[in-house]
Amino acid sequence: MSCSRRTFLVRLGGMALAGSLAPSWASGFEKRRLAMVVDLNRCRQARPGCDLCRQACHSAHNVPSIPDPAHEIKWIWDEEFQRVFPTEVHPGLPPEIATSSVPVLCNHCENPPCVRVCPTGATFVKPNGIVGMDEHRCIGCRYCMPACPYSSRSFNFVDPRPFLRTTNTDYPTRTKGVVEKCTFCEERLASGRLPACVEACPVQAMTFGDIGDPAIQQRLASSRILRRRPELGTSPYVFYIL
Amino acid sequence: MSSTSSEPAWPSGLIRTVPVALLVVIAGLAAWCIQLSRGLGITGLSRDVSWGLYVSQFTFFVGVAASAVMVVVPYYLHDFKAFGRLLVLGETLAIAALVVAGLFIVVDLGQPSRVLNVLLYPSPQSLMFWDMLCLGGYFAINVVLVLTALWTEKNGLATRRWVRPLAYLSIPWAVSIHTVTAFLYAGLPGRPFWETAVLAPRFLASAFCSGPSLLLLIVLLLKDKPGMDVGPDAVRALTHIIRYALGINLFLIGVEVFTALYSWLPGEVEAWRAAYLDPHGVRLWMWASAALCLIAFGALFVPAVRIERRYLALAATLVFAGVWMEKGMGFIVGGFEPSPLGHVTRYSPTFLEATISFGVWGTGALVLIAGIWLASTASAAEAA
Repeated sequence: MSCSRRTFLVRLGGMALAGSLAPSWASGFEKRRLAMVVDLNRCRQARPGCDLCRQACHSAHNVPSIPDPAHEIKWIWDEEFQRVFPTEVHPGLPPEIATSSVPVLCNHCENPPCVRVCPTGATFVKPNGIVGMDEHRCIGCRYCMPACPYSSRSFNFVDPRPFLRTTNTDYPTRTKGVVEKCTFCEERLASGRLPACVEACPVQAMTFGDIGDPAIQQRLASSRILRRRPELGTSPYVFYIL
Repeated sequence: MSSTSSEPAWPSGLIRTVPVALLVVIAGLAAWCIQLSRGLGITGLSRDVSWGLYVSQFTFFVGVAASAVMVVVPYYLHDFKAFGRLLVLGETLAIAALVVAGLFIVVDLGQPSRVLNVLLYPSPQSLMFWDMLCLGGYFAINVVLVLTALWTEKNGLATRRWVRPLAYLSIPWAVSIHTVTAFLYAGLPGRPFWETAVLAPRFLASAFCSGPSLLLLIVLLLKDKPGMDVGPDAVRALTHIIRYALGINLFLIGVEVFTALYSWLPGEVEAWRAAYLDPHGVRLWMWASAALCLIAFGALFVPAVRIERRYLALAATLVFAGVWMEKGMGFIVGGFEPSPLGHVTRYSPTFLEATISFGVWGTGALVLIAGIWLASTASAAEAA
């Protein structure tokens, strides 16, 4: 008995050591409140034609390319500014801004309605603010889809695997009948890397980190900041610089 | 119910519908197998309209189930004896409607084999959790009430003493099932077509006219069958209930239209515009529903319509169809239009989706026929 207790204590110490040696992204990771700032002025510099964030995200997460728009899976994609921020449209807004493309994704809300309505806890808020998704627990009731006021959730109406051009074997594929969405690349964060879209952006339009990080604070303080539909009280943690 | 004739109590016309219903159920099962293997992509649903016919029908039939309270309240709280013969039929209709509602949820799930996750990971912050409790409890109450009533009648026993308190309990429980079903929609931010405090009262009003309309149709259909006549007082009272509930429902819709359009709040206006005017939306269902309900409401003011059995049956059909089109189709789909990003996506059920739905309705019809059959054998046994 004493031997097994000793083994247990050795393992416990080993785990503590491993924790202290983990990359900076992973250490204290659970204590963070993660946020993203998208600089739309920089994003527009790469337009038109830039699609690198979507490509990087969708290939990293085995998001299928389904031609039928009714059955599409989208984690990050483009929408027109005037559709994303309808209340910001006014007669003085330059038309090129009103019709410009804005990357949209899950807002990882502070108060997410999707999590509130889920009948199985298949979607949930992590301590670091990420709105997570357990596709193995999801029963496919799709209540989270009308609950999300940002259309950020996709349902696998069909088997997604035949629509994958390439498969990233480091990330799971999904089955038909479950909901999925952007996860702020939690699997990449765990190994100390930035989200795929942030890394792929050629003009560094996206800043990612803890809401208290100086880089994030500096960006949030310096410019006109928009959040999608703030009147709904969801408190999105994806911020846009107009 | 007691048989006064020497003819067999079992209504023979009804038994001929059983093989038809069975065939429809088998076809629905076959279509569901296709859906299970190929996914919900076989339906007309989409990323933007993620709920359609199945969830709309769930909503509508929860209402039909709740409407049994319109028979229970007059009978138990107001001692309205004329509803005595209607009581078991009303409760049986509630049971059949709950079977239909439950099955529509099952066929709507992307992963139906995981449905027990709702019990494994109970989530009281979700309205679906409460809906499950309300519907399960209401189902149990009505099954106990119907089986007890039939058993006591068959054996010529006095009514059990606990039946009355259980019937009392079923009254708030009936209100709760449809209130919680309305809360499923009314509690969602950013869906202005649904997000209204008057939704639960509206659901109850539309339930209390559509459910009794179905009950009235069944009553008028079975009237000539031995032992199945519920009497003119019951028919008259049901008609009054339908008229009041339909009037309240139309009033509440009018209140919604005023609030949305006079305030001219963008979200409200866009939602009502999409529902009633957008060519890609559900406008045909909405206008047809409004027309049928208004025609039926007007017609029920004409004494001849209320007296003549054929006209009354037609008016009840109009009410049922009118409410069905709005609540069982247009309202749920309309809530998705426009999408949060301003897109209006066309939704229409596919052939397989309709086949599955017919299978679910057929199952409900079989449950109802079984209930009527049990009631007729019980009354025959009592008469013998």
